[in-house]
Amino acid sequence: MNARTRFLIAAAVLGLLMTGPFLLTVAILFGDLQEAERTAIVDILLPRLPIGTLMTLMGFILGLQVLRGLFKHYVRGLLRMAETLRLMLGANRNFRVTPEGPPEVCELARAANDLAQQRDELLTDVEAQIARAKASVEEEKNRLAALMSELSMGVVVCNLDGRILLYNNRARLQFKALSQGPTSMSGGALIGLGRSIFSILERGQITHALENIQERLRKGSAEPSANFITSTRSGQLLRAQMAPVLRTVVLDEGEEDCGEDGAQEITGYVLTIENITRSFERDAQRDQVMQSLTDGSRASLGSVRAAVETLADNPDMEPELRERFVGIIRDEATRMSERLESTTAEFADSLKTRWPLEDMLGIDLVTAAQRRIEDRLKLMTKQEDLDDSLWIRADSFSLIQAMTFLAARLLDHYEIRELRFRLSAEGKMAFVDLIWSGTPVSSETLYTWELENMTVAGEASPLTLRDVIDRHGGEIWYQRDKAAHRAYFRIVLPVAAMPAVEAQPQQLRGGSRPEYYDFDLFAARDASIDLDRKLSELAYSVFDTETTGLEPSAGDEIIQIGAVRAVNGRLLRQEIFDQLIDPRIPLKPEGIPIHGITEDMVRGQPTLDVVLPAFHEFCSETVLVAHNAAFDMRFLQLKEESIGVRFSQPVLDTLLLSAVIHPNQESHKLESIAERLGINVIGRHTALGDAFVTGEVFLKMVPLLADMGILTLRQALEAAEKTYYARVKY
Amino acid sequence: MARKILIVDDEPNIVISLEFLMKKEGFVVAVAGDGDAALEQAAAFRPDLVLLDVMMPKKSGYEVCEQLRGDPSQGDLKIVMLTAKGRESEVAKGIAIGADAYVTKPFSTKELVARVRTLLGMA
Repeated sequence: MNARTRFLIAAAVLGLLMTGPFLLTVAILFGDLQEAERTAIVDILLPRLPIGTLMTLMGFILGLQVLRGLFKHYVRGLLRMAETLRLMLGANRNFRVTPEGPPEVCELARAANDLAQQRDELLTDVEAQIARAKASVEEEKNRLAALMSELSMGVVVCNLDGRILLYNNRARLQFKALSQGPTSMSGGALIGLGRSIFSILERGQITHALENIQERLRKGSAEPSANFITSTRSGQLLRAQMAPVLRTVVLDEGEEDCGEDGAQEITGYVLTIENITRSFERDAQRDQVMQSLTDGSRASLGSVRAAVETLADNPDMEPELRERFVGIIRDEATRMSERLESTTAEFADSLKTRWPLEDMLGIDLVTAAQRRIEDRLKLMTKQEDLDDSLWIRADSFSLIQAMTFLAARLLDHYEIRELRFRLSAEGKMAFVDLIWSGTPVSSETLYTWELENMTVAGEASPLTLRDVIDRHGGEIWYQRDKAAHRAYFRIVLPVAAMPAVEAQPQQLRGGSRPEYYDFDLFAARDASIDLDRKLSELAYSVFDTETTGLEPSAGDEIIQIGAVRAVNGRLLRQEIFDQLIDPRIPLKPEGIPIHGITEDMVRGQPTLDVVLPAFHEFCSETVLVAHNAAFDMRFLQLKEESIGVRFSQPVLDTLLLSAVIHPNQESHKLESIAERLGINVIGRHTALGDAFVTGEVFLKMVPLLADMGILTLRQALEAAEKTYYARVKY
Repeated sequence: MARKILIVDDEPNIVISLEFLMKKEGFVVAVAGDGDAALEQAAAFRPDLVLLDVMMPKKSGYEVCEQLRGDPSQGDLKIVMLTAKGRESEVAKGIAIGADAYVTKPFSTKELVARVRTLLGMA
C-alpha cells in the first residue's frame, strides 16, 4: 500500500469519525421518539442543519490539514530521508541528510548523519591502511628489483612450471652471449617473462636440483639450496645455484595429512647463474699440463731410473750392454724434453675437459639415486652401511644417471630383484657400492657397458659411464663377495671436506630499477595456448613485417621482421625481435619511401632461412598478433615448407578485432584505430615500430572485447571470423 | 728350481732394465709386449710372478689381472702391477681386482727386487 492510498484511507476514517457519532446519536434518538416528537425535532433541526454541516465540514477540513501535515513530515519526510540514506550508502558517499521537519525527524536525520560520518572515517582509515601496505609492498618489490639489477650474477626467478617471473640484466646478457646464431641478433630472445627456463637449461637438471632441495627441506636443512653445472647448446659451462621460494602453508582444519612438518611449500625458485666457461677452461688447462707433465713423465723417468740404478749397481757390465743402458737414458731424456716442449706449445689446443664438481653429502646422492631407480625402473632398492657424514665431490646429475644406467642393465640382463647401496670411505676415496645377490656378472660385461652411451628408459645421454667416471677422477670395478653370494660394482669418488659456510661481503648501491619482473606470473601455472583461456591471461607475440611488395606469390619477399612480446597485459618493450633480412632480390624503388629500407641496409644481413627459425623460436608458446595478419601470414606460410618451420599457433588480427568492437566506423587502418583508442603513434613504418603500435592497440582492445562478452581466445577468433571485413576480404 | 718371472710391458726401454735386473737375481725371465701375449705366455711359460704394466694396447693390465685371477690353474701366481698412473683410486682398483702389489713408476730397482723376493717367499 503506498503512501497516497494510506492518506486517502486515513482521510475517510477522519470523515467517519467526525460524522459517525452524530448520525448514530440521531438514529438512536429517532428510534426512541414518538412520531410527534420526531416531527418536532425535525422542525427544530432541519432549518439549523446547514450551519451544523458547515461546522462539521470546517472541522473536517481542519482535521485533514493536520493529517496532511503529519503525513508530510512523518511519512513522506521519512521516505525522502530513506532515499537520501540509500544514496549515501552507494553512489555518493559525501551526501548528507538535511535535517528538516519536526524535531524527532531532525533528530533521526542527525543520528543518520553521525553514523555516516563514523563510517566514512572508518573507510578512510582502512583505505589509508591499504594504501600504506601497498606502498610498502611496492617499495619492497622495488628494493628487491633494484638489488637484483645490481648483482654481478645472473638471477632468474621461476615458478614451479619453469616460467620466468624475473630476470636481471646480467642474466639477459649472459644468455644473450650464449645463444648462438640469429637469436643473438634478436636481443637474447630466449630469456623472457613467462617463457620457459627449459629452453635454456636442461629440464632434468632443474628437476633433479628441485628434488634435492625438497629432500633437504624435508630434513629441515637450514640452507636448502642446490648447485649444478650445466653445459649449454653452445658448449658453455654454467654454474647454477638454486634456492627455493617458499610459502608457509596455512593448514585448514579439515586438512590433516600435510606431513608432520610440511609447513613450507615451494612455489618457485631463484637461480643464480654464473658463466664459468672461461675460468673453468683455465683450470682445466692447468690441470691438463700438470697431468701431462706428471703422468707422462712417470714412464720415462721409470725407465731412466731403472737403467741408471742397474748401471750403478753393475760397474763390471759388458761394454756392449752398458752402451744399451746409456742409450736408454739418452733416449728417454730426449723424449722427456720433447714432451715438455710439446706440452708447453700445445696445451691450449685439444684439451679434454675435466668436469667441475660440487660438494655434496654422499647420502644425499645415494638417496636421490635410489629414488630415481625405483621411479624409473620399478626396482626395489635398500641401504646398508651408509656413512652419513661423508661428503663427496660429485656432479650428482651425471652420477645418478650412471647409477640408474647400471641398475637398468643389471635388471635387463640379469633380472636382479633388488639393488642395495653401501657408502664408505678410505682416506681420500669414497666408495659407492651397488650390490646385488645371485647372478655374477663378468668384468668384460662391465668393460662393455663402460663404453656405451648411457640410455635409460628411452632417455639417451651423450655420455658413457667411462666419461662420468673420468669426470670425477674416479674408478669403477666389479667385485664378488663369494661367501655372501653377492656381487657389487664399486664406484670410487673423491671425498670432499665438510664445507664451511662462508659469508660474502656485499656492497649494494641503490638506484636503478630493472625492468624485468612480473611477480603476477607466480600464480600462472600453465602457459600453453588453450583456446578457452582468457585473452588477458595469454602471452602474445605481436609482430609486423616489411616486404618488397604486396604479392608474395609473385616473388615479393620479407625484408624485415619486428616483434614484441605482450604478457599479463603489458607490452614488454625489452623483449623484442628486430631483424633486417636480405631478400636476395633487388628492392623495388617505389617501396623504399614506404618502409625506408634501402639496398645498403639489407645487403649482408642474414637471409630468411636463418631468420625465420629464430623468429619461430621467439614466438613459441604464444598467440600471434598482427594488424591485417592475413597479409603477413601469407608471406610466412609460403616459406614454411622450404624452411621447415610451421607457425601453427592461433593468430589474432587487430583489424578484424577493431571491426568487431566498432562495426560502424569507416576506417580500420592502424593509425585510425590508434587515434580512436588514444595511443600515440611514434616510429611507425619500421616493422618493430608498427609491432609496438599494434601491441598497444591490442592491449587496449582486450577490455573492450570483455565488455562485449568476448573473453576467451576462442570467442575472439570466432567474433573476428564473423566480421564484415573477414567476409569481404578473405 | 729357479723361479720364473713374466714381464709384461709395451715400453722396451723399461723391459730391458727389468729383464736384466730379474735375470741377475737368478730368475728365469719371459717378456710379453701386450695383454694378449701376456695371457698366452702365462699359460705357456707358467710364471711364478708377473710384472704387469697397466697402460697397454689391446688389453689393459687390469683386464689381464682379472683374467689371470679368474683362472683357477693360476691360483699361486703373484701379480705386481706397474703403472705410470699414481692416483689413489687406481691403486685401490688394482688391489681390489686381485693384484698382490701395485708399484708406481718411477720406482727404485732395489725396492722392486725386494718386493718380488718377499712375494715369492725368498726374503
